Amino acid sequence: MSLLGLLLASTASADWALNMPRGVTDLSAETYGLHMMVFWWCVAIGVVVFGVMIISLFMHRKSKGAEPASFSHSTVAEVLWTAIPVVILLIMAVPAAETMVKLEDTRDPDISIVATAYQWKWHYEYQDEGIDFYSSLARPSVEARRKQSGVDVSTVENYLLDVDRPVVVPKGAKVRLLLTSNDVIHSWWVPELAIKKDAIPGIVNETWFKPNEVGTYRGQCTELCGKDHGYMPIVVEVVEPAAYQAWVDARKDGDAKFASAQ
Amino acid sequence: MTTAVADAHAAEDHDDHGPTKGYKRWLFSTNHKDIGTMYLIFSLVMFFVGGAMAMVIRSELAVPGLQFVHPEFFNSMTTMHALIMVFGAVMPAFVGLANWMIPLMIGAPDMALPRMNNWSFWILPVAFGILLSTLLMPGGAPAGGWTMYPPLILQTGDAFPFLIFSVHLMGISSIMGSINVIVTIINMRAPDMTLLKMPMFVWTWLITAYLLIAVMPVLAGAVTMLLTDQFFGTSFFLAAGGGDPVMFQHIFWFFGHPEVYIMILPAFGVVSEIIPTFSRKKLFGHDSMVYAASCIAFLSFIVWAHHMFTVGMPLTGQLFFMFATMLIAVPTGVKIFNWVATMWRGAMTFETPMLFSLAFVFLFTIGGFSGLMLAIQPADVQYHDTYFVVAHFHYVLVPGSVFAIMAGAYYWLPKWTGHMYNEKLGKLHFWASTIFVNITFFPQHFLGLAGMPRRIPDYSVQFADFNLVSSIGAIGFGLSQLLFVAVLLTAKRGEKATDRVWEGSHGLEWTVPSPAPWHTFTTPPKARIANESFE
Repeated sequence: MSLLGLLLASTASADWALNMPRGVTDLSAETYGLHMMVFWWCVAIGVVVFGVMIISLFMHRKSKGAEPASFSHSTVAEVLWTAIPVVILLIMAVPAAETMVKLEDTRDPDISIVATAYQWKWHYEYQDEGIDFYSSLARPSVEARRKQSGVDVSTVENYLLDVDRPVVVPKGAKVRLLLTSNDVIHSWWVPELAIKKDAIPGIVNETWFKPNEVGTYRGQCTELCGKDHGYMPIVVEVVEPAAYQAWVDARKDGDAKFASAQ
Repeated sequence: MTTAVADAHAAEDHDDHGPTKGYKRWLFSTNHKDIGTMYLIFSLVMFFVGGAMAMVIRSELAVPGLQFVHPEFFNSMTTMHALIMVFGAVMPAFVGLANWMIPLMIGAPDMALPRMNNWSFWILPVAFGILLSTLLMPGGAPAGGWTMYPPLILQTGDAFPFLIFSVHLMGISSIMGSINVIVTIINMRAPDMTLLKMPMFVWTWLITAYLLIAVMPVLAGAVTMLLTDQFFGTSFFLAAGGGDPVMFQHIFWFFGHPEVYIMILPAFGVVSEIIPTFSRKKLFGHDSMVYAASCIAFLSFIVWAHHMFTVGMPLTGQLFFMFATMLIAVPTGVKIFNWVATMWRGAMTFETPMLFSLAFVFLFTIGGFSGLMLAIQPADVQYHDTYFVVAHFHYVLVPGSVFAIMAGAYYWLPKWTGHMYNEKLGKLHFWASTIFVNITFFPQHFLGLAGMPRRIPDYSVQFADFNLVSSIGAIGFGLSQLLFVAVLLTAKRGEKATDRVWEGSHGLEWTVPSPAPWHTFTTPPKARIANESFE
């Protein structure tokens, strides 16, 4: 059935998306590769096991006059079907471990952003640039999400996946994310970046990503954090380095003006 | 002379020693069959209560936008659905099967500790009465997820202490139940039934009972620490006081992962009884099945942190838990291969219990595949807390545990009632359940991979299509279970069941009359005779 699903994937529209996105970082592509590798191993094992079982179900039925055999043990078979899975697991484990090591390597970042989770919004602080802002659910979604709001949510652009102020990062930069929380546990996830890490009060977690493509990437809080857990999205805008610098300057300028006006 | 005295003695004690009439029979029962029946009925009621909550969840998620419930109540529904299904439906159902069948399978007259048996059952309605009453309390029912992670769970309203107390009660009930199972199995087997001669259902329950005794106190400890954090000023899990919120997750999952096997090992046992019966062939590799189950039980204690691959553990820790988790695939694979080998060159027929068992093997394996995928840590970062996980654990719990319970119920129903159930209705129930369970849970894999987090009351419109499919499946699955009620209500209308009930059945439980009399095996039987059909 999953095989059928994958075949359909090539023709399906985005709405019937069946598989994980390949993403826009080297590691997201590796993660996707691991996911597909294990998936195809499962398909292969499934074909063999279910194949034998289905043959048996059709051939060895009483209504076809089958007589039950009397064997009930085979050491050779037992050893084989213990040893072969061990080998298959080793084949899977080695590349998985390699990717894991890379995922955890947060050294030498170009940009460090501290993301602090609140019930129910995110706060971002660019450590070296001196920029900080809150990022919460965009206004059109806020109005549409109310119970029986009367708004047709399919008319709201990026319903529940849009924020007022996105995270902006330059393409090709290694971005280190430092995650913590002000109240309960939250989790920061953007599927296209293949990054998910919990934001936990009293603990600073680290993770990183290095986007290779310009674009807008959307994700959500993925740890149950109370009533509005479903309403604290994450938006990351990856822009060209020059555009990023312009954004930083404008932000700094804006923040300074805002500060002096206070 | 001595025999005559013994006979007279037996007659004096046991003849006409039927059940008391009225409610006292049930309230004060110490009879393993009556208590088993109560456990099973209780779990069926809870299955429908938890199922009704699932219907609320799936109705709200059928289309995007918020139609029926507020997010707080939605979170209460997911939390209560899980607690009720895990502790109220699946676990008591297996204890019910154990109560009924273990003494019959090992040739014991009753459970070893009948009064404790009574108590361990009657705690349950109280525990769930308390838990369900929280729905009416200010602040609503618990909404922090069944995993009860602090600090969120500490934001629960008046329901909080009631939640903790009901979890304590469930734990006490489980511990007493499992002590009873262990003592019964160790001490009361038929004299010629050595440990390795025990039926697989008895074996898997013995292992399960040890798991329960090992981990239920851990859960009790974890929730007690939550209680003292909330009311007595401790800071076990509160960062502000120097505590560690992640420590709760480690403790919880040290309970939680063996708990997963507590819910599946007895299912393995049931299926290992049924497949040989309807294949008319001995269980393939009985001993290696025992070793595999023990191996799974051992591994279940050293894989807990695979539930926590995103909390920020050291790399070496994550590597260890990834490798250990992948290792579980080996003994689980052995089980599946052995079932297939049991069917191979058998003479199969497809009565309802066999159909449920076959669906179990297929669909549990699919749940096993997604489990293997989840073990791969970098991929798990993508899957974690999405609908992919929801699909995974529902595959192992619904067409896994629940189907095994259904299979067991159909398999032993004629022994319990003395009549054959309505086979047509049973088959209809099977096909409806199997089709709808896949319509419900298979699309959830796609939703998770496409990026839909779990435990959200509303979602972006790109997830709309598969959610609608899943909701239609869920309503269908819920309604299909009414067919099971119909089977039970008509269970006594069928033709009289023979003692053996099934052509290929084997074991001591089939040597007693159908329905099994109130007292059985007042003198120990010879287990060997019962197995002779296969020797």
